[in-house]
Amino acid sequence: MTQTQATQVEPLLVLDNIGVSFKGVKAVTDISFAVATGEICALIGPNGAGKSSLLNVINGVYQAQQGRIRFAGQEHRRMRPQEMAVRGIARTFQNIALFKGMSVLDNVLTGRTLKRHSSWIEQALRIGRAGGEDDRQREAAERVIDFLHLQPWRDTLVGKLPYGLQKRVELARALAAEPRLLLLDEPMAGMNAEEKQQMSRFIVDINRELGTTVVLIEHDIGVVMGISDHVVVLDYGRKIGDGPPDEVRQNPEVIAAYLGTRH
Amino acid sequence: MEFFFEVLIGGLLAGVMYALVAIGFVLIYKASGVFNFAQGAMVLFSALTFVSLLERGVPFWLAFAISLAAMVLLAVAVERVVLRPLVNRPPITLFMATLGLSYVIEGFAQALWGAQVHGLELGISDEPLELGGMLLSQFDIFAAVTAAVLVLALSLLFNKTRIGLSLRAVADDPLAALAVGIRLQRVWVLVWAVAGFVGLVAGLLWGARLGVQFSLSLVVLKALPVLIIGGFTSISGAIVGGLIIGASEKLAEVYLGPVIGGGIENWFPYVLALLFLLVRPAGLFGERAIERV
Amino acid sequence: MFYQEAGQFSTRYAQDRRVFRLRQDRYGLVALLLLAFVGVPYLGNDYWFSAILIPFLVLSLAGLGLNLLTGYAGQLSLGSAAFMAVGAFATYNVELRVPGSPLLLSMALGGGVAALVAVLFGLPSLRIKGFYLLVSTLAAQFFVTWALTRFSWFSNNSASGVISAPRLEILGVDLNSPVGRYLLTLGVVVSLFWLGQNLVRSELGRNWRAVRDMDTAAAVMGIALLKTKLLAFAISGFYLGVAGALWAFTYLGTVEPHGFDLNRSFQILFIIIIGGLGSILGNFLGAAFIVLFPVLLSNLVAMFPAGLIEAGQMENLQKMAFGALIIVFLVKEPEGLARLWKTFREQARVWPLRY
Repeated sequence: MTQTQATQVEPLLVLDNIGVSFKGVKAVTDISFAVATGEICALIGPNGAGKSSLLNVINGVYQAQQGRIRFAGQEHRRMRPQEMAVRGIARTFQNIALFKGMSVLDNVLTGRTLKRHSSWIEQALRIGRAGGEDDRQREAAERVIDFLHLQPWRDTLVGKLPYGLQKRVELARALAAEPRLLLLDEPMAGMNAEEKQQMSRFIVDINRELGTTVVLIEHDIGVVMGISDHVVVLDYGRKIGDGPPDEVRQNPEVIAAYLGTRH
Repeated sequence: MEFFFEVLIGGLLAGVMYALVAIGFVLIYKASGVFNFAQGAMVLFSALTFVSLLERGVPFWLAFAISLAAMVLLAVAVERVVLRPLVNRPPITLFMATLGLSYVIEGFAQALWGAQVHGLELGISDEPLELGGMLLSQFDIFAAVTAAVLVLALSLLFNKTRIGLSLRAVADDPLAALAVGIRLQRVWVLVWAVAGFVGLVAGLLWGARLGVQFSLSLVVLKALPVLIIGGFTSISGAIVGGLIIGASEKLAEVYLGPVIGGGIENWFPYVLALLFLLVRPAGLFGERAIERV
Repeated sequence: MFYQEAGQFSTRYAQDRRVFRLRQDRYGLVALLLLAFVGVPYLGNDYWFSAILIPFLVLSLAGLGLNLLTGYAGQLSLGSAAFMAVGAFATYNVELRVPGSPLLLSMALGGGVAALVAVLFGLPSLRIKGFYLLVSTLAAQFFVTWALTRFSWFSNNSASGVISAPRLEILGVDLNSPVGRYLLTLGVVVSLFWLGQNLVRSELGRNWRAVRDMDTAAAVMGIALLKTKLLAFAISGFYLGVAGALWAFTYLGTVEPHGFDLNRSFQILFIIIIGGLGSILGNFLGAAFIVLFPVLLSNLVAMFPAGLIEAGQMENLQKMAFGALIIVFLVKEPEGLARLWKTFREQARVWPLRY
């Protein structure tokens, strides 16, 4: 998708003057940027810059004190996470938020919860829509498991999986919801080079093959420059860079934030 | 109007006794992070030991010392056998372990000392004292004063001594305390010993009031609403919570009782705590846990 | 060798979803059910029915009720006995005041009332999390027992507050004999367990476990916390209510608040801890343990020279041994007897090999 094409269509996500504070401590101030449909947008910045808070605001876990968010043409400022899920936002978390007591398949199936229409009574008595729906959901979950190469661990308890695999399962769970926007909070934290390559390929595949828009927080600049179409840089809660990777890379403020300036 | 104040003060005085029991819980919670359900059984055990020794002719202070020693021994045993193996488990597991523990201690106490009710004479007459036109129980006043002295001593211990500093450090972050060189084992034993002491005093006071018997454990269960209102980690919270519960329970019993029916005090504190929680999910003094995702 | 799955494949998802995927398991289940429904009535004697099997079945059901709420949905509760009491009294009142009401319908309605009460005391779970939630169910426990004693309308204004259970009959078949009561209990328990098994493997069951494991993440995925938690309370309340009705009608023969006190709530909690939180089989194992343990203990003590341990001490010893076992279980095998059984089965699958 070229730059001109993207700007003609309304962006999927627009943040306008967003400000979030916790008991007087400002996490982010006056953040505005837009994410085009179908792009991979990376949020980068030093630790404590407010990236996770921003992600939490986008999907309703935190409420912004100022500013507005426009998602898929609808504006909101205060939304509950469940409502954002219905609107088509899925996410992964920095400190893996998997359901540790369930298997990989069960975790991925929980991602399909909004696609279900049979009532709990039908399911308890195994009548009506329940049976066919079970098959369809299982099929969809298996497609996601295939996509992310998780077949060998389908029935394993996620708590027993190594860290890298858990991250992948979390991604699978988010993907199972067939979201329009995928928010990834440091999906490659704690991985080695090989795992990062693999995860990057998955993210790119998700974007190119499934058309999902991705916003990700990531610290590895190499990865960011390699896979993103659009980079937003935060520092101390403010935006200091916004544009294609090459442009941002040369921005003196960004360089200063990461490398320090000469006094 | 005077009757109201009489009831109120009676309730407040009872509340001080609740607070005393609650403080024992707070101490253990601060040090070991567990709501020690077995506290009631331990209080009962210590009171029973004391009373049985007295009945066998052992002099007062010796009996007190022996009971206290028994409590400390019990505490050490509990720490070694129950708490240490369960050190990294979720709080619900610890709670259930203390539940099992309470069964063990209750069974043991009963096996050792028998199941009858023992009267306990502390030598304070129960004649009502007249103060400002109101009739107050001398015993309740004595209990309140004792509790107040104890609380003062505890505050001094926690805030002014080095040991107190170590205790607070362990309560805050055991791993960090370990890193600074604090001997966790010693601290835990000390805390449980102090809790045991508080428990023994509370047990004696309650025992003198109600007789030393098994319903004492139920009384102790009322510490839960006290802690919910006051927060699990604050001694001042336990005091305030105890006063609130004591007063409201008494007032409800006297004013609501004739309307709704007798025996309200069985459930009133819990419902009160529940309503309180709905407004302030972390208690009056407790810290609101922020879940980081 | 005998228990392996070689040659048994699932070719459709529905097959994969079955609870008992191994043919051996399915045969085993059928055999067990035949034994329970046909064999035991022939072979059993009255003592076994009245004193062992019926309480075992009813406590299993109560355990399942609490397990759905605490083991699967992660909501702590100490009010199980209160909900049982509501079920017992509600069923009694329906039988009494709605003449001609079929027994099973009365029990279902009794369970329904218990479900409503459970939802009422479960509402705070939307604001309060974790340990603090105990207060709500504790309040339920104390309040319900107080209300049932205080308002004699519940016990039909009988002077002593104790009422005898009504006659049990379904479609004209008299079920008042020990065998009859056993079969009634067995039928109800097996049906409700079947329903429960379907529930925990369904969407709702998964949502419960999601809420239990991390409810913020569950919300982020679109799971409706309100509905999920309240359904847990309601269904759990229903199961406990029916169990309470069975306890009063088929086991005790009387309907009184006394046997539904805090100790009973603890007992049910112990059943699911020992049996295994979040397990269906565990409820049976835990209940069997609770019912058989006192019997075993007294038999054991009877082997000691007479007079070493007097009768009065039995109860204390039992209490101590019980509490000690709880602690041992929590330390050694926190997932309870169900996990021990699972490990045994896994070893059986590869027997006579070791891995």
